[in-house]
Amino acid sequence: MGRIITFSNALKEALSEEMARDERVYLIGQDLKYNVWGVTNGLNQKFGDGRVLHAPISENGFVSSALGSALVGSRPVVELMYSDFLLLAADAVADEAAKYRYMNGGGAFRVPMTIRAAGCGVGSGSGAHHAQDLEATFIHFPGLKIVIPSTPYDAKGLLKTAIRDNNPVIFFEHKLLYGTKGEVPEEEYTIPFGQAAVRREGADVTIVSWGYPLKKSLEAAELLQKEGIEAEVLDPRTLVPFDKEALRASLSKTGRLVVVEDGVKRGGVGGEIAGIAAEEMLDCLDAPVRRLGAVDAPLPAGRYGEKMMVPSVEEIVGAVKEIV
Amino acid sequence: MSNVCHGGRTIEMIETAASHTRTERDRREIMQGISKETLRRMYVDMVRTRTLDEKIKEMLNRGFSISEHSTLGQEAGPIGACAALAESDYIMPYHRGWAWAIGKGMKPHILLAELLGKKTGYNRGKGGPHLGCYELGILGRPGVQAAHLPIAAGVGLSMRMQGLDRVCVAFFGNGASNNANFHEGLNLAGVWKAPVIYFCENNLYQITCTMEETTACEDIADRAAGYGMPGYIVDGNDAIAVYDVTRQAVERARAGKGPTLIETKTYRWEGHNPIDRNAMGGYRTLEEIEEWKQKCPIRLMEESLLEFGCLKEAEIAVIKADAVAEMEKAAQFAIESPYPEREEYYQDVYAD
Repeated sequence: MGRIITFSNALKEALSEEMARDERVYLIGQDLKYNVWGVTNGLNQKFGDGRVLHAPISENGFVSSALGSALVGSRPVVELMYSDFLLLAADAVADEAAKYRYMNGGGAFRVPMTIRAAGCGVGSGSGAHHAQDLEATFIHFPGLKIVIPSTPYDAKGLLKTAIRDNNPVIFFEHKLLYGTKGEVPEEEYTIPFGQAAVRREGADVTIVSWGYPLKKSLEAAELLQKEGIEAEVLDPRTLVPFDKEALRASLSKTGRLVVVEDGVKRGGVGGEIAGIAAEEMLDCLDAPVRRLGAVDAPLPAGRYGEKMMVPSVEEIVGAVKEIV
Repeated sequence: MSNVCHGGRTIEMIETAASHTRTERDRREIMQGISKETLRRMYVDMVRTRTLDEKIKEMLNRGFSISEHSTLGQEAGPIGACAALAESDYIMPYHRGWAWAIGKGMKPHILLAELLGKKTGYNRGKGGPHLGCYELGILGRPGVQAAHLPIAAGVGLSMRMQGLDRVCVAFFGNGASNNANFHEGLNLAGVWKAPVIYFCENNLYQITCTMEETTACEDIADRAAGYGMPGYIVDGNDAIAVYDVTRQAVERARAGKGPTLIETKTYRWEGHNPIDRNAMGGYRTLEEIEEWKQKCPIRLMEESLLEFGCLKEAEIAVIKADAVAEMEKAAQFAIESPYPEREEYYQDVYAD
């Protein structure tokens, strides 16, 4: 058994290592020196205030400024305190960062920028403006890469890859994962984008899930096993690029697909993945696809209420049993 | 705006942040501080800009599809500002006109090819009017008003981080100064003492909307006070005045003293764009338009250079004829250039 650290510390290590490795890397965001997620604290002491910048409440402004610095040689890592604030910075992210290289004809125009969309998802009862899962909104825009780790190991390896990427990357961090622990080697490693991970093997159904909902899917798989159903749980790790090969490999074994997310089901990532399966992998499918996601309503405040909105372990079990 | 005298013997500069402190400097003395080569280049580039604009108008009439926002009447601002920059400095332009492009060294034939969406254009036909050129320090022209103002703040921040003494000039119109990005961007630049010059061309209208309808202050430069930078008002039709104030702002930025907001008072002779049918006698009176045409920036520059002795009467016709020939050739090149191949439209979405 290797070293066990938290998801927060895995992220901190990634930032620290990349800042040490490349002096062009700097951090910008709100309250980074006294970080609410425990990710960036102490990095200003290590690297100086010049590389850990506190930003005003100007999300579109400071994401845009990060883009500007990236154009001329810096490699910013932006923290949006809550991933919901991507909507405040939507023009900077979706209209400018995503399209900048293309509109300017490629060449020397590059936007090496990582946006840590922190604190996403339900779990702290923080309500409609601080708990959304917005992956679906941003997979829509060509030019962005969308990453969403579910383990400390992945958090570190994927964040290092994001920082080294020459494109804008949105890196979603679920608020309930920061305190989770897992094995993270001390040696240097990175995880390439576009390579899904099979979190649990099984031959009867494929459950695709990522971020925190992956945990619910794994719990559901345990319950299903007791009933004799072997679920394979596939974690795409990056939604853009999406590992179609891994999906096909799993579906060719199971023939059944359930996609589980906490984001709103309508227009969600589940629809996209189900669409890929229907268009390109129908030969593998033996049953209709099931999508689970949040209901068509904003999120209520409070931990009790928000549980009513997103798929539960029981609902995942139920969806699997419908098609197996 | 009535405070600004036009084409007189002195150049007036009003520092708004310090309760409208007015400085009058001897115009001739300022001209003596500029190389004759630069003065002539400014004039030639203003003529080339106007001629390019007229060529685009002609192409539009011939049925070509070009996103055009006429420069006519606003040649002096960006040309004067660009002349005060070093080659390695950056600019971030906005939609109005092509003076920034000519001023920073874009070649009209490659520019026109881009405007027609041709593969020989600056951005391989994919940016069109929203174009940039990395090699010339033109860092892109977003299609969203004011979007580039915080981007420019970040360019300046990066220059400070890297210890480079380059500055970035961000051009924009009075309308954009009402956008959150103006306020967020200037605040960031002010906090960081970023080497950025925010250059507002106030042509008094936001498409068809007046200043009174849209803007809660008369002078955009007043807004500098809230963002820790000086604000200046200058005559935007006087390239010498613009050069002079920009040069001072550039010096300030290079010295690490931070950003400056410059507001030029100017006027577009034509409509916002070719489909603006109400510019002449609709939301603007014909008298007002005529009054501004009397303050033609090119004629003012011509008179100044003739009087100063760095331009001869006989040269004017040659310069204008050269510009006409250049733009005709440029248009020909653009028209004859091919469109990108289908697969080329799918490239450059991601960098390696």
